[in-house]
Amino acid sequence: MERTEAELIAAVLAGDAASFEPLVQKYSPRVFATARRYARRESEVEDIAQEVWLKAFEKLGSFRGEAPFEHWLMRLTVRTCYDFLRGHQRNRESTFSDLSEPESDWLERFVTQPEAATENAEAARLLVARILERLSPSARLIITLLEIEDRPVKEIAALTGWSVPLVKVRAFRARAEMRKILARLPKDRYL
Amino acid sequence: MNPAELQKKLIAAARAHPPGDGVPYAFEKRVTALLAARTTSSSAVLWVQGLWRAAVSCLAIALMLGVWAFFNPATTASAGDLSQNFENTLLAAVDQNAQTQ
Repeated sequence: MERTEAELIAAVLAGDAASFEPLVQKYSPRVFATARRYARRESEVEDIAQEVWLKAFEKLGSFRGEAPFEHWLMRLTVRTCYDFLRGHQRNRESTFSDLSEPESDWLERFVTQPEAATENAEAARLLVARILERLSPSARLIITLLEIEDRPVKEIAALTGWSVPLVKVRAFRARAEMRKILARLPKDRYL
Repeated sequence: MNPAELQKKLIAAARAHPPGDGVPYAFEKRVTALLAARTTSSSAVLWVQGLWRAAVSCLAIALMLGVWAFFNPATTASAGDLSQNFENTLLAAVDQNAQTQ
């Protein structure tokens, strides 16, 4: 008979580390999907996911069971991703001078015929990833959670551990930061 | 054309391409093995840490006592008393035997 989540957690807390495996198996897809929002290389994604699970194991005693385990785990995942972004700020140094041909083409198409530059294009995805990499860690986190994942401010506050007013202030700053980065695109060519 | 419009378009592009949720093969096994290794090593680490703390505490106490003994040397008289008392205690049985004979 399959054990419930609460039973598995209780077993882990009682010292049965093997009971942690079904939890890792069940929730790893969500952890990986979240980590892929913040890290580009697959090795970095794996490192983040591994770190999340090690932390989850160490801090499992602090899980009170009032909210679902998944919510608790996602908070841990988002905070680990934020730590990762803060530790890898060197990626922000890249410039727009090395845009690939499809990216340049997409931007030119956007300038000449905005409706023709479809958001489903691979070039658009690469371009947005490049722009997100240039944002500060807090701005990237906020833009991802608020604009891309479309989460409410209250949920973001719970995920990040920031207060609601702080989330709003950081969202305002993040949008301004993103606009500033977009304005730095080679103006003569695209804007 | 303005950057705000471009921003909107790029956000829409990011929404249109959600990241995959694929997990590497046997990832959960790897995590469990890592946890098992960490649990084993962590108990050894706890012992080592405890012993190191005890060693440092003992060294600190020994140093403090050394400093105290250096700056407060025992007077010759009290030292003599102590050795005399020690000798009396040690030889008490011998003295008692000598007296009874």
